[in-house]
Amino acid sequence: MSPHEIIALVLAGVGCVFTLLGAIGVFRMPDVFMRMSTSAKASTLGVTSLVLASAVFHAELSLTVRALFVVCFVFMTVPVASHLIGRAAYVSGAKLWPRTGEDALKGKYDRNTRVLRGDSVRMPKSGS
Amino acid sequence: MKPFLWNIALAFVWVTVTSTFTLENLAFGGVMGFVLLLGIRRALGETTYFEKPWVALKFVLFMLKEILVCNLRVALEVLTPRHNMKPAIIAVPLDVTSDAAITLLANMLTLTPGTCSLDVSDDRKTLYVHAMYVDNADELRASIKREYEARVLELLR
Repeated sequence: MSPHEIIALVLAGVGCVFTLLGAIGVFRMPDVFMRMSTSAKASTLGVTSLVLASAVFHAELSLTVRALFVVCFVFMTVPVASHLIGRAAYVSGAKLWPRTGEDALKGKYDRNTRVLRGDSVRMPKSGS
Repeated sequence: MKPFLWNIALAFVWVTVTSTFTLENLAFGGVMGFVLLLGIRRALGETTYFEKPWVALKFVLFMLKEILVCNLRVALEVLTPRHNMKPAIIAVPLDVTSDAAITLLANMLTLTPGTCSLDVSDDRKTLYVHAMYVDNADELRASIKREYEARVLELLR
Protein backbone atom coordinates (compact mmCIF):
# COMPACT_ATOMS: atom_id res chain seq x y z
CA MET A 1 0.00 0.00 0.00
CA SER A 2 1.14 3.48 -0.77
CA PRO A 3 1.53 5.95 2.11
CA HIS A 4 -1.55 8.00 1.29
CA GLU A 5 -3.68 4.87 1.23
CA ILE A 6 -2.46 4.02 4.72
CA ILE A 7 -3.25 7.54 5.95
CA ALA A 8 -6.72 7.31 4.39
CA LEU A 9 -7.25 3.94 6.04
CA VAL A 10 -6.26 5.26 9.47
CA LEU A 11 -8.51 8.31 9.08
CA ALA A 12 -11.44 6.18 7.96
CA GLY A 13 -10.88 3.83 10.90
CA VAL A 14 -10.79 6.71 13.39
CA GLY A 15 -13.93 8.15 11.81
CA CYS A 16 -15.81 4.85 12.08
CA VAL A 17 -14.75 4.34 15.70
CA PHE A 18 -15.87 7.80 16.80
CA THR A 19 -19.17 7.57 14.93
CA LEU A 20 -19.82 4.23 16.63
CA LEU A 21 -18.88 5.71 20.02
CA GLY A 22 -21.30 8.55 19.40
CA ALA A 23 -24.07 6.05 18.71
CA ILE A 24 -23.25 4.05 21.85
CA GLY A 25 -23.18 7.31 23.79
CA VAL A 26 -26.78 8.02 22.81
CA PHE A 27 -27.79 4.77 24.52
CA ARG A 28 -25.57 5.01 27.53
CA MET A 29 -25.87 8.60 28.69
CA PRO A 30 -28.52 9.27 31.30
CA ASP A 31 -30.08 12.54 30.14
CA VAL A 32 -30.74 14.44 26.95
CA PHE A 33 -27.99 17.03 27.46
CA MET A 34 -25.28 14.44 27.87
CA ARG A 35 -26.64 12.42 24.96
CA MET A 36 -26.21 15.51 22.85
CA SER A 37 -22.78 16.15 24.28
CA THR A 38 -21.53 12.73 23.31
CA SER A 39 -23.32 12.14 20.03
CA ALA A 40 -23.03 15.53 18.34
CA LYS A 41 -19.33 15.95 18.93
CA ALA A 42 -18.26 12.38 18.36
CA SER A 43 -20.10 12.46 15.05
CA THR A 44 -18.47 15.78 14.14
CA LEU A 45 -15.06 14.23 14.57
CA GLY A 46 -16.26 11.04 12.85
CA VAL A 47 -17.64 12.78 9.77
CA THR A 48 -14.55 14.99 9.56
CA SER A 49 -12.17 12.04 9.58
CA LEU A 50 -14.25 10.10 7.06
CA VAL A 51 -14.45 13.02 4.64
CA LEU A 52 -10.74 13.75 5.04
CA ALA A 53 -10.04 10.05 4.43
CA SER A 54 -11.81 10.21 1.07
CA ALA A 55 -9.93 13.43 0.22
CA VAL A 56 -6.58 11.84 1.03
CA PHE A 57 -7.47 8.64 -0.80
CA HIS A 58 -8.41 10.34 -4.08
CA ALA A 59 -5.81 13.11 -3.78
CA GLU A 60 -7.47 15.42 -6.31
CA LEU A 61 -7.58 19.15 -5.82
CA SER A 62 -11.25 19.65 -6.68
CA LEU A 63 -12.28 16.80 -4.40
CA THR A 64 -10.06 18.01 -1.56
CA VAL A 65 -11.51 21.52 -1.74
CA ARG A 66 -15.02 20.10 -1.62
CA ALA A 67 -14.07 17.87 1.30
CA LEU A 68 -12.71 20.88 3.20
CA PHE A 69 -15.95 22.74 2.52
CA VAL A 70 -17.95 19.79 3.85
CA VAL A 71 -15.83 19.87 7.01
CA CYS A 72 -16.40 23.63 7.35
CA PHE A 73 -20.15 23.25 6.98
CA VAL A 74 -20.27 20.41 9.49
CA PHE A 75 -18.32 22.53 11.97
CA MET A 76 -20.66 25.46 11.43
CA THR A 77 -23.97 23.61 11.53
CA VAL A 78 -23.58 20.86 14.15
CA PRO A 79 -22.98 23.22 17.10
CA VAL A 80 -25.94 25.39 16.10
CA ALA A 81 -28.20 22.36 15.81
CA SER A 82 -27.14 20.89 19.15
CA HIS A 83 -27.38 24.31 20.79
CA LEU A 84 -30.98 24.63 19.58
CA ILE A 85 -31.93 21.08 20.55
CA GLY A 86 -30.43 21.65 24.00
CA ARG A 87 -32.32 24.88 24.48
CA ALA A 88 -35.56 23.33 23.24
CA ALA A 89 -35.06 20.37 25.58
CA TYR A 90 -34.49 22.65 28.55
CA VAL A 91 -37.39 24.95 27.75
CA SER A 92 -39.80 22.07 27.23
CA GLY A 93 -38.80 20.70 30.63
CA ALA A 94 -36.58 17.73 29.89
CA LYS A 95 -35.43 16.13 33.14
CA LEU A 96 -31.83 16.60 34.17
CA TRP A 97 -29.94 13.60 35.47
CA PRO A 98 -30.59 13.43 39.24
CA ARG A 99 -26.88 13.64 40.03
CA THR A 100 -26.59 16.92 38.14
CA GLY A 101 -25.01 19.60 40.31
CA GLU A 102 -25.81 23.25 39.98
CA ASP A 103 -28.55 24.32 37.56
CA ALA A 104 -27.91 27.96 36.80
CA LEU A 105 -30.80 28.17 34.35
CA LYS A 106 -33.42 27.17 36.89
CA GLY A 107 -36.21 29.72 37.03
CA LYS A 108 -34.48 32.04 34.59
CA TYR A 109 -36.89 31.59 31.72
CA ASP A 110 -40.02 33.66 31.56
CA ARG A 111 -42.72 31.03 31.80
CA ASN A 112 -44.96 32.48 29.10
CA THR A 113 -42.67 34.11 26.61
CA ARG A 114 -39.65 31.77 26.96
CA VAL A 115 -37.43 34.82 27.08
CA LEU A 116 -34.19 34.40 29.01
CA ARG A 117 -33.79 37.65 30.88
CA GLY A 118 -30.32 38.86 31.80
CA ASP A 119 -29.70 39.90 35.39
CA SER A 120 -28.81 43.47 34.59
CA VAL A 121 -32.08 44.38 32.87
CA ARG A 122 -34.43 42.39 35.06
CA MET A 123 -37.89 43.83 34.50
CA PRO A 124 -40.02 44.69 37.50
CA LYS A 125 -42.53 41.92 37.93
CA SER A 126 -46.01 43.01 37.02
CA GLY A 127 -49.03 41.25 38.44
CA SER A 128 -48.11 38.12 40.35
CA MET B 1 -11.40 44.55 6.87
CA LYS B 2 -9.99 46.88 4.24
CA PRO B 3 -6.63 45.09 3.78
CA PHE B 4 -8.56 41.86 3.29
CA LEU B 5 -10.57 43.34 0.41
CA TRP B 6 -7.36 44.69 -1.09
CA ASN B 7 -5.82 41.25 -0.80
CA ILE B 8 -8.73 39.61 -2.65
CA ALA B 9 -8.64 42.31 -5.32
CA LEU B 10 -4.91 41.76 -5.79
CA ALA B 11 -5.44 38.01 -6.10
CA PHE B 12 -7.92 38.59 -8.92
CA VAL B 13 -5.60 41.08 -10.58
CA TRP B 14 -2.88 38.41 -10.46
CA VAL B 15 -5.20 35.85 -12.05
CA THR B 16 -6.22 38.22 -14.85
CA VAL B 17 -2.69 39.40 -15.55
CA THR B 18 -1.28 35.87 -15.72
CA SER B 19 -4.50 34.75 -17.52
CA THR B 20 -4.43 31.34 -15.85
CA PHE B 21 -7.85 30.84 -14.33
CA THR B 22 -7.22 28.08 -11.87
CA LEU B 23 -7.73 27.77 -8.14
CA GLU B 24 -4.03 27.25 -7.50
CA ASN B 25 -3.18 30.45 -9.31
CA LEU B 26 -5.83 32.38 -7.36
CA ALA B 27 -4.38 31.09 -4.09
CA PHE B 28 -0.87 31.96 -5.26
CA GLY B 29 -2.10 35.44 -6.21
CA GLY B 30 -3.55 35.77 -2.73
CA VAL B 31 -0.18 34.94 -1.18
CA MET B 32 1.57 37.38 -3.50
CA GLY B 33 -0.97 40.06 -2.60
CA PHE B 34 -0.37 39.42 1.08
CA VAL B 35 3.38 39.84 0.64
CA LEU B 36 2.84 43.01 -1.38
CA LEU B 37 0.53 44.49 1.27
CA LEU B 38 3.07 43.54 3.92
CA GLY B 39 5.61 45.59 1.99
CA ILE B 40 3.43 48.70 2.05
CA ARG B 41 1.90 48.16 5.46
CA ARG B 42 2.83 51.66 6.63
CA ALA B 43 0.46 53.07 3.99
CA LEU B 44 -2.45 51.02 5.33
CA GLY B 45 -2.43 52.64 8.75
CA GLU B 46 -3.17 50.84 12.00
CA THR B 47 -4.25 47.26 11.27
CA THR B 48 -4.00 43.82 12.86
CA TYR B 49 -4.43 42.13 9.48
CA PHE B 50 -0.86 40.84 9.20
CA GLU B 51 -0.94 39.09 12.56
CA LYS B 52 -4.25 37.43 11.68
CA PRO B 53 -2.91 34.39 9.76
CA TRP B 54 -0.75 33.31 12.70
CA VAL B 55 -3.50 33.96 15.22
CA ALA B 56 -5.96 32.03 13.05
CA LEU B 57 -3.52 29.14 12.62
CA LYS B 58 -2.89 28.97 16.37
CA PHE B 59 -6.64 29.10 16.92
CA VAL B 60 -7.35 26.21 14.52
CA LEU B 61 -4.57 24.07 16.02
CA PHE B 62 -5.83 24.77 19.53
CA MET B 63 -9.37 23.79 18.52
CA LEU B 64 -8.17 20.57 16.87
CA LYS B 65 -6.19 19.62 19.96
CA GLU B 66 -9.10 20.45 22.23
CA ILE B 67 -11.61 18.50 20.11
CA LEU B 68 -9.35 15.44 20.02
CA VAL B 69 -8.53 15.44 23.75
CA CYS B 70 -12.10 16.00 24.82
CA ASN B 71 -13.43 13.38 22.39
CA LEU B 72 -11.07 10.81 23.88
CA ARG B 73 -12.24 11.71 27.37
CA VAL B 74 -15.89 11.34 26.46
CA ALA B 75 -15.14 8.15 24.53
CA LEU B 76 -13.61 6.71 27.69
CA GLU B 77 -16.71 7.76 29.59
CA VAL B 78 -18.97 6.04 27.06
CA LEU B 79 -16.97 2.83 27.21
CA THR B 80 -16.50 2.46 30.97
CA PRO B 81 -19.46 0.85 32.68
CA ARG B 82 -19.81 3.40 35.48
CA HIS B 83 -20.92 6.99 35.09
CA ASN B 84 -18.26 9.24 36.51
CA MET B 85 -19.72 12.47 35.21
CA LYS B 86 -20.56 15.42 37.43
CA PRO B 87 -22.77 17.46 35.14
CA ALA B 88 -24.07 20.92 35.86
CA ILE B 89 -25.47 23.93 34.07
CA ILE B 90 -23.33 26.93 34.83
CA ALA B 91 -23.62 30.60 33.97
CA VAL B 92 -20.56 32.14 32.36
CA PRO B 93 -20.38 35.95 32.41
CA LEU B 94 -19.37 37.25 28.99
CA ASP B 95 -16.76 39.89 28.22
CA VAL B 96 -17.20 39.58 24.46
CA THR B 97 -19.97 41.76 23.17
CA SER B 98 -20.35 41.35 19.40
CA ASP B 99 -22.73 38.80 17.91
CA ALA B 100 -19.92 37.19 15.93
CA ALA B 101 -17.76 36.71 19.01
CA ILE B 102 -20.58 35.25 21.10
CA THR B 103 -21.54 32.89 18.28
CA LEU B 104 -17.95 31.76 17.86
CA LEU B 105 -17.49 31.23 21.59
CA ALA B 106 -20.75 29.28 21.91
CA ASN B 107 -19.86 27.14 18.90
CA MET B 108 -16.38 26.44 20.25
CA LEU B 109 -17.82 25.31 23.56
CA THR B 110 -20.37 23.10 21.86
CA LEU B 111 -17.74 21.53 19.60
CA THR B 112 -15.54 20.51 22.49
CA PRO B 113 -17.26 17.51 23.99
CA GLY B 114 -18.26 17.72 27.58
CA THR B 115 -19.57 21.25 27.23
CA CYS B 116 -22.64 22.36 25.35
CA SER B 117 -23.86 25.93 25.26
CA LEU B 118 -27.58 26.16 25.87
CA ASP B 119 -28.59 29.80 25.74
CA VAL B 120 -27.50 33.41 25.99
CA SER B 121 -29.41 35.87 28.14
CA ASP B 122 -31.18 38.60 26.22
CA ASP B 123 -28.83 41.31 27.47
CA ARG B 124 -25.95 39.22 26.04
CA LYS B 125 -24.06 39.26 29.33
CA THR B 126 -24.36 35.61 30.36
CA LEU B 127 -23.84 32.36 28.52
CA TYR B 128 -25.42 29.24 29.97
CA VAL B 129 -23.35 26.12 29.46
CA HIS B 130 -24.08 22.49 30.22
CA ALA B 131 -20.86 20.78 31.21
CA MET B 132 -20.26 17.11 31.90
CA TYR B 133 -17.35 17.40 34.28
CA VAL B 134 -17.82 20.07 36.90
CA ASP B 135 -15.58 19.47 39.88
CA ASN B 136 -15.38 23.13 40.64
CA ALA B 137 -17.73 25.54 38.87
CA ASP B 138 -15.57 28.59 39.49
CA GLU B 139 -12.52 26.88 38.10
CA LEU B 140 -14.42 25.81 34.97
CA ARG B 141 -15.79 29.31 34.48
CA ALA B 142 -12.28 30.73 34.82
CA SER B 143 -10.82 28.22 32.39
CA ILE B 144 -13.55 28.91 29.82
CA LYS B 145 -12.78 32.60 30.05
CA ARG B 146 -9.03 32.08 29.95
CA GLU B 147 -8.73 29.40 27.30
CA TYR B 148 -11.62 30.14 24.99
CA GLU B 149 -12.84 33.67 25.42
CA ALA B 150 -9.35 35.15 25.38
CA ARG B 151 -8.65 33.39 22.09
CA VAL B 152 -11.91 34.59 20.56
CA LEU B 153 -11.06 38.14 21.59
CA GLU B 154 -7.60 37.79 20.11
CA LEU B 155 -8.97 36.43 16.84
CA LEU B 156 -11.74 38.98 16.33
CA ARG B 157 -9.85 42.01 17.55
